[in-house]
Amino acid sequence: MTTTATSQTDGATRRPSDKVHLTPEQLRAFGEELDAIRQRIVDDLGEADAAYIRKILKIQRGFEVAGRALFYLPPAWPLAVGALSISKILDNMEIGHNVMHGQYDWMGDPGLSSRMFDWDTVCPSSQWKYSHNYIHHTFTNILGKDRDIGYGILRMDEDQAWKPYYLGNPVYAFLLMVLFEWGVALHDLEVENIVAGKRSLDDNLPLYPGLLRKIRNQALKDYLLFPALTGPLFPMTLAGNAVANLVRNIWAFNIIFCGHFPAGVETFTEEECLDEEGPDGPRESRGHWYYRQVLGSANITGGPLFHIMSGNLSHQIEHHLFPDLPAKRYPQIAPEIRDLCDRYGLPYNTGPLHKQVGSVVAKICRLALPGRRSRGGDQVAPSAEREAA
Amino acid sequence: MYTESASVDEEDHPPMSIAATLLRSRAVAALTSPHGVDRYLELVNPLWAANEVRARVVSVHRETSGEHPVGTVVLQPTSTWRGHRAGQYVQVGVELPGGRRVTRCFSISSAASMPGEQITLTIRSNAAVRGERSVSRFLVEEAGPGTIVHLGQAEGRFVLDESPATPTNNHLLFITGGSGITPAMSILRTLLRDGYDGRAGRKVTFVHYARSGEDQIFAEELARIAADDNDVTVHLRHDSVFSEFELRRLAPEYERLDTWACGPAPMMALVRESFGDSPRLRTEMFKLGGEASGTAEGQVAFTSSALEAPNTGATLLEQAEAAGLTPEFGCRMGICFSCTARKTSGTVRNVLTGEESDLPDEDVRVCVSTPVGDCAVDL
Repeated sequence: MTTTATSQTDGATRRPSDKVHLTPEQLRAFGEELDAIRQRIVDDLGEADAAYIRKILKIQRGFEVAGRALFYLPPAWPLAVGALSISKILDNMEIGHNVMHGQYDWMGDPGLSSRMFDWDTVCPSSQWKYSHNYIHHTFTNILGKDRDIGYGILRMDEDQAWKPYYLGNPVYAFLLMVLFEWGVALHDLEVENIVAGKRSLDDNLPLYPGLLRKIRNQALKDYLLFPALTGPLFPMTLAGNAVANLVRNIWAFNIIFCGHFPAGVETFTEEECLDEEGPDGPRESRGHWYYRQVLGSANITGGPLFHIMSGNLSHQIEHHLFPDLPAKRYPQIAPEIRDLCDRYGLPYNTGPLHKQVGSVVAKICRLALPGRRSRGGDQVAPSAEREAA
Repeated sequence: MYTESASVDEEDHPPMSIAATLLRSRAVAALTSPHGVDRYLELVNPLWAANEVRARVVSVHRETSGEHPVGTVVLQPTSTWRGHRAGQYVQVGVELPGGRRVTRCFSISSAASMPGEQITLTIRSNAAVRGERSVSRFLVEEAGPGTIVHLGQAEGRFVLDESPATPTNNHLLFITGGSGITPAMSILRTLLRDGYDGRAGRKVTFVHYARSGEDQIFAEELARIAADDNDVTVHLRHDSVFSEFELRRLAPEYERLDTWACGPAPMMALVRESFGDSPRLRTEMFKLGGEASGTAEGQVAFTSSALEAPNTGATLLEQAEAAGLTPEFGCRMGICFSCTARKTSGTVRNVLTGEESDLPDEDVRVCVSTPVGDCAVDL
């Protein structure tokens, strides 16, 4: 079964009950095996991990300085844009996203601390950490809880009720791609919840100062100061900075949309996640949380350079299992995770970039049209690709 | 001539004056946003900084030998160092093998410094606690010329707190034990350096307790100070403990003297007892690693809220909430770092890994940290 078989899933074959189910004992054992893997990596963290992230940092800053400098040489304009794009991609993904997850907090370096780091986008790090680290990573793919399902503007799951607004799904997705950093920045304002009456405009008041300051700083740097420093080349530099931001937007959007939206990725209802009794009523067990992360994420295959440029979000499954482990470790443990999934009969959704993107695009277009999952579909398991990475 | 002397240290300082002003300007801050100019400078030369303070170890020499030797580390800070007042301490961060930077506070032993001037730290090399590598051991026994360390600015109020414009000639008393001598030494050195004709210009009584003659820090210098005609009386005590009886003999009416005391906790308890509630006594404590006890023993202090409660063995977050606080939190399972708070003292156990940590001033995720014995957290 491959992800190219999106037409099979068309409309509607799956519903929550079609997921591979694990017994409570299996979930516990599954969780314990993952805890053990995590512990092994934590114990092994050290100089090599520190040296790696510092090297990436140095490379990123190198590209940034080179990019800014090359704008003084008009014929090198494409090189300047390229260097600056690489800088922004590295800054946002392999460095920013991962550092802000606390992956390097153990180093005790304020420059690599999740509490101090801010990234080269218009989204303030503090606001992103709430919506991403907390909401998205805790409630991954739980409908109604995880605001990353469609980001409040797209229909990305059959169980989101269709309305005529969603006819524009592909258009909204395209705009979100082009304006991705702005989408990420405005994500925390939860506009869809304000429209739905679940959030008041006043709730956003504390967010505005930080957001506006960050937007001002980013715009000042990219669209005024650096262009002005190149004197008569102002328009060229301005355009170059805008293109670099655009390149980063498109790249980040594509990588991130492959993380949770390819065909075969499961969503969950709040009720089905409450699999054990806690002191304060039903709650989700750690084993089920791990299980949900595996079923709710998808990987992208590729070479080492691709993994670095994707911030190792090409290992979205490993990232969602262990969001606070240094991302460089994900490729290292991926074979083990895959083997573990095989043993428990869980799908391990992976495929090359073009397939995963194709699958996401197909879903965006398909869900523009009405249609819920039909009940009693005949598809047995999630349509995960099982071919070798 | 001046330019020559300036060029000697060129490597160690960022380009001075105009460049430094430029680097600290708002324009450069805007251009290097959001990371800040120091994040770029450090990649070129670790001793280039516009705002942060770092220092290069110039030399390390031993004051005492033995199992826990004491060493003096001479540091050349970046020009961002604002100087210190005698008696102050500084946070020192070192990169220990294993990629971890650990920060500890040490008193400065050299006389008061001006911005950018060299300082010395005099440190006893303590054993590693539970496999955690020791910063003091690293600085005394492993660091050498060229090692880079991270500094804060000088802090602390254990200083000669009188205005330089209106100095007095009050009799001063110093009572120190072990490596607690360092801040007092800084004050004494400053008095002798800045005083007229090498004299302190006022009566100074300097009482120090060391475990033995071999453990005596600054032995030669103190002998010289004791021998000179400089208004300073030095009393070194070996193999004996502090007593009020002896203090009264050395300094009758000591309660009325401006006093600075620094030493290990048992000695400090005795000193405090002798002085009652005299406002003239200034003290500085060492931070010693908390004694690890059972899981539900001791007190948990929430320092920002000035609350304290008996440790129930639950996570710090749960205990804070039980105490009526509403700390920020997110996932409550250790992944999102929303709840990260500063633990100022005590030991915590990570419930996910079972790992225990007793580092002071450490950021912990309170949702997955349980206190082991006494613990203080900034909530």
